[in-house]
Amino acid sequence: MTTAPVAVEVERPRPPRVPGVARFVARRLAALVLLSLGITAIAFVLTQLVPSNAVATNLGEQAAGDPAAVAAFKHHYALDRPLWTRYALYLDHLVHGDLGQSTLTHDAVTHDLGTFIPATAELALYSVLFAAVVGIGFGVIAALRRNRPTDHVLRVASLAGISMPTFWIALVALYVGFYKLGWFPGAERLDPGISAPPSVTGLYTIDALIAGKFGLFVQALHHLVLPALVLAAFNVSLLTRFTRSAVLEVIGNDYVRAARAKGLPERVVVLRYILRAALPSVVTVLGLVFANVLTGAVLVEKIFSWPGIGQYAYEAAVNLDVPAIAGVSIFVAVVYVTINFVVDVLYGVIDPRIRIT
Amino acid sequence: MSELALGLQRARRLRLPAAWRQPLAIAGGVIAAIWIVIAIFAPLIAPSNPLALVTGTAQGPSLHHLFGTDELGRDVFSRVIYGSRVSLPIALMLVALAATTGSIVGAVAGYFRGVVDGVLMRATDLVFAFPPIILAMVVAAVLGRGLVNAALAIVVVAWPSYARVVRGLVLSVGDSEYVQSARLLGATSRRALVRDVLPNVAGPVFVLATLDLANAILLLSGLSFLGLGAQPPKAEWGSMVAEGTQYFQWWWIGTFPGFAIFTVVLAFNFLGDSLRDVFDPRTVRRAEEEL
Repeated sequence: MTTAPVAVEVERPRPPRVPGVARFVARRLAALVLLSLGITAIAFVLTQLVPSNAVATNLGEQAAGDPAAVAAFKHHYALDRPLWTRYALYLDHLVHGDLGQSTLTHDAVTHDLGTFIPATAELALYSVLFAAVVGIGFGVIAALRRNRPTDHVLRVASLAGISMPTFWIALVALYVGFYKLGWFPGAERLDPGISAPPSVTGLYTIDALIAGKFGLFVQALHHLVLPALVLAAFNVSLLTRFTRSAVLEVIGNDYVRAARAKGLPERVVVLRYILRAALPSVVTVLGLVFANVLTGAVLVEKIFSWPGIGQYAYEAAVNLDVPAIAGVSIFVAVVYVTINFVVDVLYGVIDPRIRIT
Repeated sequence: MSELALGLQRARRLRLPAAWRQPLAIAGGVIAAIWIVIAIFAPLIAPSNPLALVTGTAQGPSLHHLFGTDELGRDVFSRVIYGSRVSLPIALMLVALAATTGSIVGAVAGYFRGVVDGVLMRATDLVFAFPPIILAMVVAAVLGRGLVNAALAIVVVAWPSYARVVRGLVLSVGDSEYVQSARLLGATSRRALVRDVLPNVAGPVFVLATLDLANAILLLSGLSFLGLGAQPPKAEWGSMVAEGTQYFQWWWIGTFPGFAIFTVVLAFNFLGDSLRDVFDPRTVRRAEEEL
């Protein structure tokens, strides 16, 4: 008997090795860096395809007719060098925090991003918060009442929610909430002529509270209502559908039945047992939610004259503002893949099975 | 439930094709069919030319002009009817193009595996790294404003989902025991691909394409709304809503075209959602999880 365990030890088939958290994170991080590099390459190539004439836009008419001036200009901006040299140069500037100068605003693209991002961030924050609370709530209700009228109504409503064009909801909301009822302002982050609170975070509601200006806080919030609700419509539907299936996955588990059998009140069973088990998989849609917010932001910001990143991206694309297009798409894509990376890592930490693939 | 009721239910299930047991599928199918009929017979249905200035500008809905007239005096009802001739065929063509391209890429990746697979899948990762509207907007802007370029931009955004789904299915079907045994019995790889792999891939791709049709119409009208798609005076739903936002005191100009988009997209979402439940739900879900 004393020697047997050794023999057993040798013959026993090894279970598949679950990679450690550190290795898993390191591998995903490496993938993230490579992906970000790829993003910059795509953005660079796209901007090279833009049919614009840098010489004509940047030099005066007289200088553009002078070959020496044109050559000097091209040499100065390395336009006479091969593509890959220019890409390397672009990357070099990028790591030093230089995204070039917007041809539209004549400011550094990084400066522009700094001014436009907070507006979208604030809009997205309130919109996603609202969508999360309502969507997850609806999803739980639908799952608990599955195949009953409430569930069917919520299914149709959530399908309707992902089928409505955001710009159309915005139009209807603007007509009803602003034009007909006059309950909400229809444009901008604050009333005309009102100056922003001293900038700390760039989010007006938070900055106003920091500055102790309660009236300004209310006004900023008032301006947020319509665009944030319009932006939330799609995500409410998405989260309803996702939460429903996530809850249905766990609702039949033995520990849920045990909790019920123990006589725990329904509220405790739903919140502490069902929702807690279902939430991690709901978190995986966060990347999708972000993409939706951004898609919506481009459309909503245009309608509500909201000075955000969507508006900036739109103006850049329409005016073929090359440095701005590259900067904004790189920024957005890197944020997007980073969110997906964080979600991935969190999920891998919670559930070791994910780490194998 | 009584024996009789169970028996009746079983009989009903046997008679109806699976997709039609669901009221949502029927509703979606009917709405989509109505729109297709409208698109085909638009000249017969529309009371006036979509570009003609019929009467006074910006008149509210009346019996004479069901949806009113726009800021230039064109009949909104006729423009909405004719709009179906723009969005539907273009969306169908672009989804077909994206599905074909993506499926071929995915099949190649799944069949050859190794380096080919790695390269192709990293390419899909790159496209997925951009939120769709940003990439579509930039591509549409680079190609130049216009409906065809906007559609091409959406193809660029849309193909990778098919590539991933098809790759995953080809990989898993290729490894399955029945394909392995077919190969052992002497089936050629072409026969295995056509008889065993293709039927397994077709269903999920079809479901994805139906749902994608909804997304494509939304994105296409969104690009047109932004001015990057259809150009005036073309009667396109997205650009009509854009006109509506400029004159939103005349609510009918933008509301009716927007409602048209909503109903078409809803129809395809109803259909796609029901079809997803019908086709082996696990395959589709698994394929989607791999996204």
